[in-house]
Amino acid sequence: MNETPHPGPLPTGERGSDRLPLLSREGVEARVRRPWRRALKHVTFTVGLAITALLLLTAALSLGYTPRDPLEMSMEARLQVPSVAHPLGTDQFGRDLLSRIMVGAVTAILVGVIAVGIGVGFGVLLGMLSGYFGGWLDEIFMRLMDAVQGFPAILSALLITAVFKPGLAITMVAIGVSFLPIFARLTRAAFLELRDREFVLAARALGAGDAAIIGRHILPNTLAPLIVQASISFPVAILAEAALSYLGLGTQPPNPSWGLMLRESQAFLGMSPWFAVFPGTAIALTVLGLNLLGDGLRDLLDPKMMS
Amino acid sequence: MLLTLLFVSLLVFVVVRVLPGDPALIMLGIEASPDAVARMREALGLDRPVPVQYAEWASRAVLGDLGRSIQYDVPVAGLIASRLSVTLPLTIMAAALMVMAAIPLGVFAATRHRRWGDYAAMTLSQLGIAVPGFWAGLLLILLFSVKLGWFQAGGFDGWGQGVGRALKSLLLPAIALGLFQFAVLARTTRSALLEVLREEYVKTARAKGVAERAVIFRHALKNAMIPILTVAGVQLGQLMAGSIILESVFYLPGLGRLALGAISARDLPVVQGVVLSVASAIVVINAAVDILYGMLDPRIRYE
Repeated sequence: MNETPHPGPLPTGERGSDRLPLLSREGVEARVRRPWRRALKHVTFTVGLAITALLLLTAALSLGYTPRDPLEMSMEARLQVPSVAHPLGTDQFGRDLLSRIMVGAVTAILVGVIAVGIGVGFGVLLGMLSGYFGGWLDEIFMRLMDAVQGFPAILSALLITAVFKPGLAITMVAIGVSFLPIFARLTRAAFLELRDREFVLAARALGAGDAAIIGRHILPNTLAPLIVQASISFPVAILAEAALSYLGLGTQPPNPSWGLMLRESQAFLGMSPWFAVFPGTAIALTVLGLNLLGDGLRDLLDPKMMS
Repeated sequence: MLLTLLFVSLLVFVVVRVLPGDPALIMLGIEASPDAVARMREALGLDRPVPVQYAEWASRAVLGDLGRSIQYDVPVAGLIASRLSVTLPLTIMAAALMVMAAIPLGVFAATRHRRWGDYAAMTLSQLGIAVPGFWAGLLLILLFSVKLGWFQAGGFDGWGQGVGRALKSLLLPAIALGLFQFAVLARTTRSALLEVLREEYVKTARAKGVAERAVIFRHALKNAMIPILTVAGVQLGQLMAGSIILESVFYLPGLGRLALGAISARDLPVVQGVVLSVASAIVVINAAVDILYGMLDPRIRYE
């Protein structure tokens, strides 16, 4: 098994520089001087940004205020349909679903940030060493990444929960590990491409050491694809957390997590369909917003991949 | 690939046998008597050096011996084989549905590039990517079982009750399982086809008056199939892992429920066996896809 052309992030658009629109002078100015104005004209990006902003605001608000106490139970108010008192109804313990969904946003964001952080941190480190030094180190790291690719978050989570207690930390690690290969490969590819370029040779000729070349000269030039990939991975992490919590391998009760709410709702599907609808909608809307934001970001950061 | 599989087995071994300190204690619980723990340690071979333990465990696994289930007291390999009769058909069914729906949708979108049909198809695929599969499963149960009563809400009576009946109980789970990958594959198909449609030979075909339908299907799609099949191949492994989740939604007695049940019963050999087999299967599938990719596209060469 040699070089593996992993499909990587899926190109949603057409590639090919032959179709790049020739920019007028104004076009160039707009691109250089007014990136925000250009970005906000991009419908996908703007819609994604709006939904993501809503998510962040909800999460921030829930830290200080929720309509009800998300943990307060009320036996009289079990499994209620949406009403003025409980806009999204209540769960099997009479807890207010709106408040619980609001707090769930914090869990989702937290998992996204930490899992992607683990993937980026270790993935970039491995990819950097692999691409820069090459040789047997590269071979071993890349075969290790092939192996890690055999462990989607669900499998690592199964394995780790078999020996440790399930919880949010394990979920984050399992999801973060599943992101390692893609970030390692992206970084490695960028390093392979850049390490023999003139500016790197010039830096070396001027006496820069490996650390300085890697950190100061090559790494900054690899950021764009890494940012795009991080924006793609973030919603994937949220989906994975929801799935793991649904299976009982993630967030543990009574903490609110959207996936856990869906797990609890399943027993009452016939009686109280609302209970299963709202947390799922929260997940889908969040992931949709983040995906649109990521697609927009890719268009804006990498004009060669316009869709 | 052998090196990769070696790493897979090492990862599983390290997590189960090395990280937790004492697997015997985990299996028996902290309230177990020291005597019982010592006996379990001996039975598991934990009194020997770690590299020896690994070598022994791995060489047995290669021969198909994954140890004995503590809970059921039968060989783990047999348990896995019996549960595969649910997980494998579910995975294959989801993959078939995915391919049958995604490729036409992708072609539809690409041939209407930047027109309404394209936007509608891409919106649909955005939704498919955003909706978690297990929630889609719950919604399908809600609609087709609870409201309409067309399907049972889950469960699987086995293949003995008739193939049609078995396939029917796998249909909703397969749809929910394939949804996400369907959306991804539709987008891949669209962009692969768009890329090919810009090639010179497509222009030539059009210029010499070949019907548009023939241009799309005979000239363009054939070449676009290479990246499409590559992605679909990798998705096969993802579907297999995803089936673990959907089995829980629909109460199907497959590998996923076996593993989840084993976790609550502290049946380490079973969890270890399931994870090792699924992870190895994914690695083998990915490697096969790489080889196939090289065969389909001679431009790709391996050093």
